[in-house]
Parts: sequence; structure tokens; C-alpha cells
Amino acid sequence: MENEKNDLNIKKEKMFSILTGVLAGFINGLFGGGGGMMVVPMLSKLLRYPAKVSHATAILIILPFSILSGLLYAYNGNCKLSVLFPAGIGVIIGGVLGALLLKKLSSKWVVIIFSVVMAVAGVKLLLF
Amino acid sequence: MEYVWFIVSGVVAGIFGGMGMGGGTFLIPLLTIFNGVGQHTAQAVNLISFIPMAVIAIVIHLKNKIIKFDKILLIIIPGLFSCFFGFYLSKNLTGNILSKVFGGFLIALSVFQFISSIKKDENTKL
Repeated sequence: MENEKNDLNIKKEKMFSILTGVLAGFINGLFGGGGGMMVVPMLSKLLRYPAKVSHATAILIILPFSILSGLLYAYNGNCKLSVLFPAGIGVIIGGVLGALLLKKLSSKWVVIIFSVVMAVAGVKLLLF
Repeated sequence: MEYVWFIVSGVVAGIFGGMGMGGGTFLIPLLTIFNGVGQHTAQAVNLISFIPMAVIAIVIHLKNKIIKFDKILLIIIPGLFSCFFGFYLSKNLTGNILSKVFGGFLIALSVFQFISSIKKDENTKL
């Protein structure tokens, strides 16, 4: 019985892993982003990774998708360097700031602010 | 002058990203709403600007040994295929439609995030 249970769990884990990858990859290719926001909860809830491990592993998962998508989009002529360079520099600066700030702000508020801002942005994009 | 707004958008998105809050997802609407950049361009910029940050973050996480490798190939390899599929779909949608679908996705994500953060709160209170 024990062995059967273990086998089932292993199969479940494999299926969840594949599902996570398929969804994240699809979102990454379709939207050029947002995959991470799906991967983290899937890793922590379906595969039961601890929170920090979910976040860290998610980056390693999204990276190859982003490289592939990035190449595809660039090949398709979508990447304007005049936008990429300033935005890219901003992202690096912001990323360092954010990593430093992370220690100081309470996560609860960060998530709330972020959710509200995302919702507003989403509504604007959807309706206008 | 435009480029100043692009830098600011990047910084704001990067701050959220640096906090592990999916800043990329934020960069796209910032670029498209305020700067008149097309949806496909914004997506491409987001993808490519993510790469250097991700590499640095991964090096740090590897040092701290908080990356779990055991299922990684099982996750990444099928994902690469569906990534192609997603891209192909996006290629065949106009910027306007893709933008709206992305908007809907953001709303769904924000609701989901909001609910799960409230749930977390309730759990910790118990």
C-alpha cells in the first residue's frame, strides 16, 4: 500500500511539474511576462516548495522561456531599441532598489498595493 | 524626452520585480498606457530586460542554495514548447486585442493575488 501511495504521489508531482511548465511557458510566449506570477503559487501549492524556494526556482524556470520568447519577438521585429535601452536600465536600477527595500516593507502591504495597481492597469487596458 | 518616461517605467517595474512581485507584469502596462508603445513592443522589451536581472538573481540564489532542481527539466522542457505556441498566438493577434486580453489577465491575477493574501492572513491569525 505504501508503495502504491508513493507511486501515485510521484506521478502527481510529475504531472504538476509538467502543468506548471506548460502554463508558464504559454503565458510567457503569449504575454511576454506574467508567467512568474503563475509559477510561484503553483510551485508552492502544487509542488509544496517553501516560499523562498518557489520564488527563487521560479526565476530559473522563467529565464529559458524569456530567452526563447525574447528571441522570437526580436526576430519578429518587435523589439525597439529606443524603448529597450532606457527601460532596461530602469529595470536594473529598480531591481536593485526593490531588493534592498524588500527587507524594510511589510509583505502584506506590498501585495495589496501591487494587486490594486495591477487591477487598475488591467481595467484600463481592457476597457480603453 | 520619451526615454525619461521609459527609464521611470523601468525603475518602478524593477522595484516591484526586485521585491519578487512580478515587476515584468507591471512594466508592460506602464509602457503601453503612458508612452504610446505597442503591446508587442512592450512585451518584447519586458522579456529581454528581464534576462540580465534574472541571471544575477539566479547566481545569488544558487549561492544561497534555495533553488530546487529535481523537477526542473520536467517543468522547463514542456514549457519551451508551449512558449512557442503562446508566441505564435500572440503574433496572430493585433496589438489592440492582445492588450485587452492582457488587461483581462491582469485583473484575474490581481483578484487571485488579493484573495490568496487575505487567506494567508486568516491562516496566520488562527
